[in-house]
Amino acid sequence: MTNTSRAGWAVGIAALIALPFVYRDPYHLHILILILIWSFAYTSWSMMGRFGLVSLGHGGFMGVGAYVTALLWNHLGVSPWIGIPIALVCAGALALVVAYPCFRFRITGHYFVLVTLALSGIVLQVITATRDFTGGSLGYTPERTKGSHLVALQFDDKTVWYLIALGVWLAGLLIWRWVDRSMDRFALEAISEDEDAAAAAGVNVTYEKLRITVISALMTALAGALYCQYQMFISPDTVSGIAVSLQMVFAVVVGGVYVALGPTVGAIITILLAEVLRIGFGTKAVGWDNLIYGVLLVLFIIFLPKGILGSTLARLQTRR
Amino acid sequence: MQAFLEIFDIYLLEAVVNGILLGGVLALLALGLNLIFGVIDVTWICYAELVMIGMYGMYYLFSVYHVPYWIAAPLCILLVAGLGAALHVIVIAPLLSAAPINQLLATGGVLFVLQSFATVAFGIDFRNLGIRLPVLALGEMHFSYSRLLAFLAAVVGMIVVYLFMTRTFTGTAIRAIAQDRQIMALMGVDTKRIYLVTSAIGGALAGLAACLLVLQYDVHPFVGLSFGPITFLICVLGGLGNFIGGFVAAFLFAEIISLGGLFSDLEWGYVLAFAFFIAMMFIRPAGLLARRS
Repeated sequence: MTNTSRAGWAVGIAALIALPFVYRDPYHLHILILILIWSFAYTSWSMMGRFGLVSLGHGGFMGVGAYVTALLWNHLGVSPWIGIPIALVCAGALALVVAYPCFRFRITGHYFVLVTLALSGIVLQVITATRDFTGGSLGYTPERTKGSHLVALQFDDKTVWYLIALGVWLAGLLIWRWVDRSMDRFALEAISEDEDAAAAAGVNVTYEKLRITVISALMTALAGALYCQYQMFISPDTVSGIAVSLQMVFAVVVGGVYVALGPTVGAIITILLAEVLRIGFGTKAVGWDNLIYGVLLVLFIIFLPKGILGSTLARLQTRR
Repeated sequence: MQAFLEIFDIYLLEAVVNGILLGGVLALLALGLNLIFGVIDVTWICYAELVMIGMYGMYYLFSVYHVPYWIAAPLCILLVAGLGAALHVIVIAPLLSAAPINQLLATGGVLFVLQSFATVAFGIDFRNLGIRLPVLALGEMHFSYSRLLAFLAAVVGMIVVYLFMTRTFTGTAIRAIAQDRQIMALMGVDTKRIYLVTSAIGGALAGLAACLLVLQYDVHPFVGLSFGPITFLICVLGGLGNFIGGFVAAFLFAEIISLGGLFSDLEWGYVLAFAFFIAMMFIRPAGLLARRS
């Protein structure tokens, strides 16, 4: 990282931290918090997506993160501070159980996508089927405490949530950077090009893939738990299932899979688009946002497979 | 105890037969998807959404424009066949040389487009044809005629496709391309045309499934999500591109869902089916009928 770009990052982060103290419009802050939380979720998807490990199971991990945290709080009174780590362990275990045999038996490409699709299908159906505990498809609300409460991880002030989301989002970018600068990145890139060649060159294929998958699943579950704590309402359709998995893939493809800020750009574009359409057209706009999403997704994959940010950066680099 | 067992057995038998009837339609869907995969090497994630559009086509033709069912059905099959061909020309053809994952994601985009198009154009109300076919009582078991009809039509549809694939030149060319797509172009087969024909047949099978499913289920923009994932799992379980494997897997899945639903909620039937799928992937990664290499 050069000195100028380091200074740019420092100024940018300082500006982001200062923002809620200067600008206090609750609606805009709400949108920003959502963008940060989803950016983190999308970043965690692209942690493995960039290495050709396309997963449609991330809706499942997110659902586990959100529901385990909320269920522990409501039924057993376990604070989210303990509940979130438990939820992460559950998501990580789920990832291990599904991914280990997948990688061990060389399930790749289409097959991997469809196995993970089954995973998010299972999580969605289990949440719906255990409706006595989870509220089924009607959704679920963690019990509220009065006002802000640190132990319950519930805050009335949006500024607090903004700072939490900002911190988590930055942590996501740091994890990205850590992977990006490690030897594992080269190992994983080699694996995505040719597994046999990578194995012959001494890369432990199963171990490397498993590690990145578990990291990605843990991050996604954290995003789900945060979303649950912030929104105080979760339903199988908003945090789990195939639609959420596809939503992640879509945003990342639009922003750019191979660059650190690509998922963030994707989240900004998709969330702003949805909000603008929702406000501009009101209830008449039901469905229009997804229609535009879908058309954009197809156009992007055909014409700009690197995403908006990825293509812009590539163009800037060739000009230099 | 004796009486309990007897009642239990009747229900069990009924569930088994209903599973077979459900399996027929699932096998039809799996055949269409397998055909596309085997020949073009693309997975249409949006396959069930084509069925959904077909179901709306039937609803509008039959309930709004009062076209008789037997005329509406072929029209609807043609409509979805055209849609399948259009999908190929607009989305898949430009991506034929791209990474397989991109093709998969592009059809995922089409899934969004079709779902939200239906939401915008038709609204989110549940609609049905309002046809109530009688129930066949066999001893103490009850089967709806719509399921029986769906099963029979699905079997007939599959036989027609089988005859087309084995008895006509185009069918032979399709099978040959599935074996080796590079060589067939050198043998003077127009691959572009074959791809187009295959996509249209895949669409037509989705259209036929739509005509049959609309008799049993209400139509709404998200109806595809209720049987789309199952169809992919069936195809993978049978081995993508393996027609007979898909056929066997369809009936296996249908029985698991039907029997799981008998002992508990229908959702647990699905959970069981999904879990069975993941377990089978580890035992037979290349599909049920794959030969061990």
